[in-house]
Amino acid sequence: MRRSLLFIPGNRPNMIQNGEVLPADALIFDLEDSVVAQDKDAARDLVAQALSSLDFGSRERLVRINGMDTGLAGADLDAMVGSGVDTILLPKVMGAGTVEEAASLLEHAERAHDRQVGSTSIVALLETALGIERAFEVAGASPRVTGLALGGEDLSADLGCSRTREGWEIFYSRSRLVLAAKAHGLDALDTPFIDVHDLEGCRLDTLFAKQLGFTGKLCISPFHLEVIHQAFMPGKEEIDYARALILAMKESEALGQGALSFRGRMIDPPVLRQAQRMLELAGLAGLPLDEEADHDQG
Amino acid sequence: MKVDKKARAGTLESGDLFVTIEPSEKLEISLESPVKDQYGDAILQTVRELLDQWGVESGRITLADQGALDCTIRARLTTALRRAGSQGDKS
Repeated sequence: MRRSLLFIPGNRPNMIQNGEVLPADALIFDLEDSVVAQDKDAARDLVAQALSSLDFGSRERLVRINGMDTGLAGADLDAMVGSGVDTILLPKVMGAGTVEEAASLLEHAERAHDRQVGSTSIVALLETALGIERAFEVAGASPRVTGLALGGEDLSADLGCSRTREGWEIFYSRSRLVLAAKAHGLDALDTPFIDVHDLEGCRLDTLFAKQLGFTGKLCISPFHLEVIHQAFMPGKEEIDYARALILAMKESEALGQGALSFRGRMIDPPVLRQAQRMLELAGLAGLPLDEEADHDQG
Repeated sequence: MKVDKKARAGTLESGDLFVTIEPSEKLEISLESPVKDQYGDAILQTVRELLDQWGVESGRITLADQGALDCTIRARLTTALRRAGSQGDKS
């Protein structure tokens, strides 16, 4: 589950070790923008050692490597695969070629470090106009790609517009990314809200992203985690509906019935997946999932 | 690995380790740490293990510890060693 994905600067030991206790769904150790040029090697060593020895529990461990055009990405990928990273956050993805190049290097690194080929996934970070235009091809570029993420700050700079609290300047890009991600069955991950102290702004921004179809949000501050989790929490009506739908589905399966009609509507796999996701989210919030629920099948 | 030039890695921030390595005819290791009494031996053991792995037999290693975890000690020393050597890697 990727509701919140928290960036942690890759050359800050105290912040990295705090990652063991922060309640984010996923941690992104950053080798790119938060690390100055002369310390790229130091951050790579530090994150590699941390991944090898610290216990981050069930949190997904991502690393944002340096861009494929920097001359640093190969060493980043090799070190991170050797340390057991779960997922690479691939920056400045401009098209399928960027993903294919990274996937090729990952395969080489996995073979070199005796890891299962294909075990390292990729989240593609789209942060340029060209990248957004090619979102659909990026999403389908490799089976390693499990999500598309939006980098709103760099995108705005590329578009030549200013970021605002409301975010209408990236509205089309957000929608474009969501469509591409969902068309390929991937996670759609929204850009971070960058005002650390504006929790209400973060709440509204996250609710808007959820309404557009995003499944999670990148995050630059631990202060935003609770707000993001609350925003992605389904409402009581949604949970009740999902619970009743799943129950009806189980009864239908037990009776050997095929297509399921629920409350006058034919239910297909995407609707079921959505209901299952609702219950997963509710479960993460500690809400009860096993209550009997009224339903009218047929 | 031969220590060819002076190199540094890390910072003096809390939780970090600042390492300085310089060429020297013999191996000298000095450690400053607010937790030297409790963890000094463990820190030095980690450092010596890593120096053995890199085949470092001489050099002046100065460690300013700010409460670094074992993984941070290993990372900072690794970076400093790579920066100090002419080979650019273990040898």
